[in-house]
Amino acid sequence: MPTIKFTKLFINGEFVDSVSGKTIETTDPRNGEVIAKVAEGGKEDVDLAVKAARAAFDHGPWPRMSGFERARIMMKFADLIEENLEELATLDSLDAGKLFSLGKAIDIPGVISCLRYYAGAADKIHGRTLKMSREFQAYTLLEPIGVVGSIIPWNFPSTMFFIKASPALAAGCTVVMKPAEQTPLSALYYAHLAKMAGVPDGVLNVITGFGPTAGAAISSHMDIDMVSFTGSTEVGREIMKAAATSNLKPVALELGGKSPLLIFDDADIDMASDLALLGVLYNKGEICVAGSRVFVQEGIYDEFVKKLVEKAKAWPIGDPFDPQVRQGPQIDKAQFDKILRYIEHGMREGATLLTGGKPAERQGYYIEPTIFTDVKEDMLIVKDEIFGPVMALMKFKTIEEAIKSANNTRYGLAAGIVTKSLDVANTVSRSIRAGTIWINCYFAFGDDCPFGGCKMSGFGKDHGSEGLHKYLHTKSVVTPIYNSPWL
Amino acid sequence: MGSDCGNSKECPLKTNTPTIKFTKLFINGEFVDSVSGRTFETKDPRNGEVIAKVAEGNREDVDLAVKAARAAFDHGPWPRLSGFERAKIMLKFADLIDQNIEELATLETLDAGKLFSWNKNADIPGGANTLRYYAGAADKIHGDVLKMSRELQAYTLLEPIGVVGHIIPWNFPCTMFFMKTSPALAAGCTMIVKPAEQTPLTALYFAHLAKLAGIPEGVLNVVTGFGRTAGAAISSHMDIDMVSFTGSTDVGREIMKASAASNLKTVSLELGGKSPLVIFDDADIDMASSLALQGILFNKGEICVAGSRVYVQEGIYDEFVKKLVKKAKDWVVGDPFDPQVRQGPQVDKAQFDKILSYIEHGKREGATLLTGGKAIGNRGYYIEPTIFTDVKEDMLIVKDEIFGPVMALMKFKTIEEAITRANDTKYGLAAGIVTKDLNVANTVSRSIRAGIIWINCYFAFDRDCPYGGYKMSGFGRDFGLDALHKYLQVKSVVTPIYNSPWL
Repeated sequence: MPTIKFTKLFINGEFVDSVSGKTIETTDPRNGEVIAKVAEGGKEDVDLAVKAARAAFDHGPWPRMSGFERARIMMKFADLIEENLEELATLDSLDAGKLFSLGKAIDIPGVISCLRYYAGAADKIHGRTLKMSREFQAYTLLEPIGVVGSIIPWNFPSTMFFIKASPALAAGCTVVMKPAEQTPLSALYYAHLAKMAGVPDGVLNVITGFGPTAGAAISSHMDIDMVSFTGSTEVGREIMKAAATSNLKPVALELGGKSPLLIFDDADIDMASDLALLGVLYNKGEICVAGSRVFVQEGIYDEFVKKLVEKAKAWPIGDPFDPQVRQGPQIDKAQFDKILRYIEHGMREGATLLTGGKPAERQGYYIEPTIFTDVKEDMLIVKDEIFGPVMALMKFKTIEEAIKSANNTRYGLAAGIVTKSLDVANTVSRSIRAGTIWINCYFAFGDDCPFGGCKMSGFGKDHGSEGLHKYLHTKSVVTPIYNSPWL
Repeated sequence: MGSDCGNSKECPLKTNTPTIKFTKLFINGEFVDSVSGRTFETKDPRNGEVIAKVAEGNREDVDLAVKAARAAFDHGPWPRLSGFERAKIMLKFADLIDQNIEELATLETLDAGKLFSWNKNADIPGGANTLRYYAGAADKIHGDVLKMSRELQAYTLLEPIGVVGHIIPWNFPCTMFFMKTSPALAAGCTMIVKPAEQTPLTALYFAHLAKLAGIPEGVLNVVTGFGRTAGAAISSHMDIDMVSFTGSTDVGREIMKASAASNLKTVSLELGGKSPLVIFDDADIDMASSLALQGILFNKGEICVAGSRVYVQEGIYDEFVKKLVKKAKDWVVGDPFDPQVRQGPQVDKAQFDKILSYIEHGKREGATLLTGGKAIGNRGYYIEPTIFTDVKEDMLIVKDEIFGPVMALMKFKTIEEAITRANDTKYGLAAGIVTKDLNVANTVSRSIRAGIIWINCYFAFDRDCPYGGYKMSGFGRDFGLDALHKYLQVKSVVTPIYNSPWL
């Protein structure tokens, strides 16, 4: 257990106690023990952070630096993260039960590349000159939107921090970040590294605390210009309502999903069964794009199921620090209980349990990889996002049926297609209503690849130039011109 | 000062009210009565008289329209036509508008009190040209091929977002109709338009022309009715994918809340404004005073970007005021069919009363009335061009959007002061700057937090120029390719690749 170095709120360049003096305990999901007490930020602390962020935006150096200079600081920030990679991966594993090996190999390096990606974009933010139909010169300026509130979830604490902060910083905005109460530790460490990197006071503030207090204070704040949120659909609703009721700030919401994985007859069964299992067990199923509904074409169904169940039974669950393990504990008791309730529901609704269906036999919030089949599309385990290692497996005959079933959901976050056929890939990728389609792969994210949902999975994109655009305002500037030799 | 004649020298054209041909809801390609059978009256603001009774759409009618739009989107030809084919139909639609300009301009004048000459020469042709602009974009909607950092091929597809709700205001019925529907049509979406209850007539006529042009049934539906019934049904509908709204900040709030509470549909809001016009010492006083007056009196002040706060640098203030007041007193208010008239009646009694109460407020708050300040005549909703000065920034007439011919005039010393005061508002829609100095123009245009900055001009809109607000003037843009983006969903498609000679 490393020393937890940063446990206070980070406001205006300083680590401070919350105004109330209250603290929250953050616990280790391997055993329910307290890792550390962290300052609990409330409305007053958010007010102080916004005050600092507003001053930093309206009068401070950050938006007035060139994109290139902002980029230099962001690159230094990325370097500092790289130097502290092990410690940061450790914090996330302790806090969230995430696999330490993946934290070191994927999550934290992903953070570094995201910062560097947006640093590289900071000096390439282009408005346009417009084609007026009368004698006018007109162009658009893409200005930083101002003070940004970011409310992030507990499943990918580091990834989420930087998906939100990096483009906002590149754009020249200032940020008030509220990490999830379950996972405050790496966020506060990043605040420290930001300061060391030279991010000026007030530009990046971190308020640890609860959603109904600190989060609500952000979404209803009269002096925050924009809110970017990743989390549940229910909380997304509250945020949008609060934004409307307060100052009509624009919001970007990346919400839940019940993403379909469609496996066609021509798929390599070995590869497909691996992909399907990973789709719902990666990060212990605590990922919004989990491929939780798996549709397999009837031609390969039986052989597929055999391989799938065999692999599921062999899936190593255990301590996330053990490099052999592929699935750690669920993040906390609330999630653990919720997943088990859904499993009970599935059994009561009459689905067939192929494997799993109960907690693993060890201390902590561990659940066995669980696969249900013989499910109907109106069952709760097929409709609701479970956010755990639970798969609903179904058979299909035709491509049209697959498309219809895939789209039979209120969500629209991601989808996977496994086929060798070019035409199947093209038709199905266009026909599924989701924000990201993975063909013969899954979880293939990229810094340059926009990511975000449609329908009740939300709106707005992260990553790519679309991710940057959220933090920019388009301003048109129009002037009459005289004697122009062309229009 | 009469009601029909205003202060124009000749009596206005005695336009016979034309036959109102279209008064029913337009759903799935047919004109139908509302399910309830109810109707509402639309009135002529010159005299308060009823022009026609129009079907009153409610929740059940919106449901039918959405059902039609959903079928048209999920199974119909419209999104499956190429952009080019959609464009051909949109161009035909534009031509039909041109062929019916006089009748459309007449309806718009009767319904909204807008100037007939302006409707005929600018607003209605502008609607047709907006259709043409987006028709031209329909076959040029490009996604991106992405630069992945591993062996993956990835690209974005820009797909039509689906069924769209458009809730539009009464101040520019035609302009708003096409500002909203044109990009949505080009994108391949289907839609339900809810025109303002004050101005339903041209919208229903456009529905008829849409059908004649060949727009398939269910693609463009028009449900006339009230905001709190039909409008609310749209913003809270579980099967509408996106809602685009122009109107007041208060209603914008309700729409965003309803969207959140229902299906988290995307919203774009173009709301109110209290836009500043900043006039520097080096301005041509004649030009600046004309611009300032136009800024507040165009469309009888019923325009979200009205330059309702005018800041004049002290060096030219006195001479400016003299010219401004003279021009204001000469401003011809009267029957909007009269080509001499520059300002018609306010749209209805509610607006008329609201503006007059703000004027009373201004007087009570201690502002100095330079000219105007009262209603004209006792028939219809005419108000004198009104200019207040000696105002303080915390007065209601300086803070609130009045939406009428009422200007708050102020003096300033330095450029920094002008910027601070220009930004001292919860709104951020537009701003104007009058100066010959390049550096002043550049600094001030970057410093004012507003979505559109006009330098040495005002109301210089154009189809390729994005337009929308900052702060509590809303978010999302109309016009330009930015507006098209609202009606498109970005989908990323990712596939592994093998043995690519480059990354």
